[in-house]
Amino acid sequence: MHSPLKGIVVLEFSQYLSGPCAGLRLSDLGARVIKIERPKEGEAGRKLAIEDLWVDEDSLLFHTINRGKESFTADLNNEEDRRWLEMLIKKADVITHNFRPGVMARKGLDYESVKKINPGIIYTEISGYGNEGPWRDKPGQDLLAQSVSGLAYTTGNYHDDPLPFGLAIADYLCGNQAVQFILAALIRKRRTGQGAYLQLSLLETLIDFQFEFFTTYFQNRKHHTRSEFNNGHSLLSAPYGIYKTSDGYIAIAMMPIARLNEALCCDELNGYKEEDAFARRDEIKSVIARHLLGATTQQWLERARTFDLWIMPVLNWNELKKTETYRLSQLTQPLGLRASRAGTKTGPPPAETPLGDAKTGPADSETSLADVKPELAGTNAPPLIAEGGTLLTTRCPVRINGQVFFNSDPAPAVGEHVLKIRSELSVKL
Amino acid sequence: MSKLLEDILVLDLSQFLSGPYASLRLSDMGARVIKIERPLTGDICRSLYVSDVRVEGGESTIFHAINRNKESFVADIKDEAQREQLKDLIRKADVLIHNFRPGVMERAGLGYEAVREINPQLVYAEINGYGEAGEWKQLPGQDLLLQAVSGIAYLSGNCSDPPTPMGVAAGDILAGTHLVQGILSALFARMASGEGALVQVSMLESLIDFQFEVLTCFFNDGNRLPQRSAVNSGHAYIAAPYGIYRTADGHLALAMGSVPVLGKLLGCDALQAYAQSSDWFSKRDEIKRIIQQQLLGRSTGEWLKILEPADIWCAEVMDYDKLTVSEGYAVLDMEQSVVADGKAVRTTRCPVRVDGELLKSTKGAPQLGAHTEAIKKEFGLGKGVYMPEQLK
Repeated sequence: MHSPLKGIVVLEFSQYLSGPCAGLRLSDLGARVIKIERPKEGEAGRKLAIEDLWVDEDSLLFHTINRGKESFTADLNNEEDRRWLEMLIKKADVITHNFRPGVMARKGLDYESVKKINPGIIYTEISGYGNEGPWRDKPGQDLLAQSVSGLAYTTGNYHDDPLPFGLAIADYLCGNQAVQFILAALIRKRRTGQGAYLQLSLLETLIDFQFEFFTTYFQNRKHHTRSEFNNGHSLLSAPYGIYKTSDGYIAIAMMPIARLNEALCCDELNGYKEEDAFARRDEIKSVIARHLLGATTQQWLERARTFDLWIMPVLNWNELKKTETYRLSQLTQPLGLRASRAGTKTGPPPAETPLGDAKTGPADSETSLADVKPELAGTNAPPLIAEGGTLLTTRCPVRINGQVFFNSDPAPAVGEHVLKIRSELSVKL
Repeated sequence: MSKLLEDILVLDLSQFLSGPYASLRLSDMGARVIKIERPLTGDICRSLYVSDVRVEGGESTIFHAINRNKESFVADIKDEAQREQLKDLIRKADVLIHNFRPGVMERAGLGYEAVREINPQLVYAEINGYGEAGEWKQLPGQDLLLQAVSGIAYLSGNCSDPPTPMGVAAGDILAGTHLVQGILSALFARMASGEGALVQVSMLESLIDFQFEVLTCFFNDGNRLPQRSAVNSGHAYIAAPYGIYRTADGHLALAMGSVPVLGKLLGCDALQAYAQSSDWFSKRDEIKRIIQQQLLGRSTGEWLKILEPADIWCAEVMDYDKLTVSEGYAVLDMEQSVVADGKAVRTTRCPVRVDGELLKSTKGAPQLGAHTEAIKKEFGLGKGVYMPEQLK
């Protein structure tokens, strides 16, 4: 099974992370993913950088999220462009978009309109907060969705302010949920010929993500509380959490107090019974925390292995890279940049005027499909990668029949595949 | 419209959260999911992975959340007669899921090679912690431990905080999600080839993929480790104002945006000094401190009235008490009641709408072995399957 999704065509009207990370996975699994972008500027995510890292005209972030894809540009107000796009939609199996509610309808590209062009289409729509209600027009942004969903009360300790996840969990998980449903819809389509209309939102995704917490809350309407120290998961009892040792940190998962006590030889724990693990969670955690300061991470790990306890060291990426597991697991892959792409400019355009500024046009301006969001700081930093160089990135986390899926084609330049795709469409018509 | 996974039969031998989260989603899509559980204790989630809230004396809320819409069949895979019955069931199945440590299924004669002989069309899906190579391959895959070794604990919180794990089992949930992606890809390919497949995901691979954006920075920026901001940390790689701030009466989240524009709206002249967008990253701690001081001066509601009309990316930070009484939550219709052993349990629904419909089901989590007899009869399995004491 080299490419389970070989022959599947995905049109990605999406931008930034949520929709594009769905396209990325479909591409990893063998689908042909074509980004549909506005002419010249392309997708807004091209100009969104983190850590101010740039590869060429586009950010390193864009290259990370869009490996293995093609780019087709279309000006929706131009009749010829529109005809090409409709021809392409006829050939497609899947469409994804993550514009704010109403934007695609105004372009005549909502599900009802697209279904008339291609009744078997699997149309996938990602929003921030759904298509109805008071929040429908709020920006679908990751940190904001985390904040609204209650997620910021799961991480950190009791006395901390609400603390967000330091990764874009809403975008990432929502895109990954979309992939699952697109695949299920492809299975149904192959059996029955039916298309599908799939709708997701960042908020629903994060509520499902917290389903254990919400289900617990619904039983007694009592809000979960993070532990005062060493919080790991506020629904779980002591010892669950990360603890400091004399030279680093270890993580301890759920286990009976008696077994932990036996392994750690912590006399103070003798006074606690298993039923105290919830009721006196904070107290027990502080006892364990004091005790663990008395030996090194390595010493505790040796005890843990002897007693088959669920304890691991806390590592940073440099430490992780040195492990045998990491080295033997082929977790990375190089992206070869086309010579014509890398280093073509000395950096991104100056960004003193963020894209969110009114000068660059409102979110739904008539000529643009982009739902423009303000961009991160950009400077004239030199590009990271020399001409014809390679980037190192991660790979698809799924293996099938022992095969690791590498996908080392670089992200496309804006409109890079317009001529190729048009000629394919001409031949087939 | 038919269900997405009409007539797909899934046997789920997995425990805890990662595998069971995968089968939960498959059941939402319309597949029939049968949990295969060991006698007496069943899925460890019934006893060890628990909250302190039980549903009327039975399993904890965690088990009920994860296992709604499933059936339970008890079989001891170490017992030959029961294993043969399970094999009969496997002959009829489309998907098998497990998350045992490497080697456990092989020792029980249920490894992929053995099972493929009795059902070549089966999609055999497994989750483990650390893959099949290296010093950790025999260790159990547990969420907090995987967060610990994958570097994730250095991404949340402020720079003076100790490593801070994400407070939801992200490793389990993402590995389950990735497993479903592999299972469905294999089922899709099976329609053309007629052949099953082995699908594998490790929690380590899942958490590496989750960090793909920031790890790609690390790989290409000279291996700089993440630097969380000193205050109001939202994301180690993103400039000010990105973070959560205190207001006079609560908390406000600010995502990315122009610092001087924000300064003008907040009535904060000090922020005008940061006209260069490159400063928003390099001087983010001092900028965040200024913003924090300013935001204390008014309530969250007052700030939202100023910032939202200007299209500043901001939101009120809510806990469940606030969220669940809001209209924005009500319109999502995110809750459902399921029936477990005659008792109603309130839980959440599948987060995805299909063809405009919500995917709901009133079937709650099963009691241990509740469907053993019915399944034996339905599939014509041999008699004499072990019955746990409490069900006799």
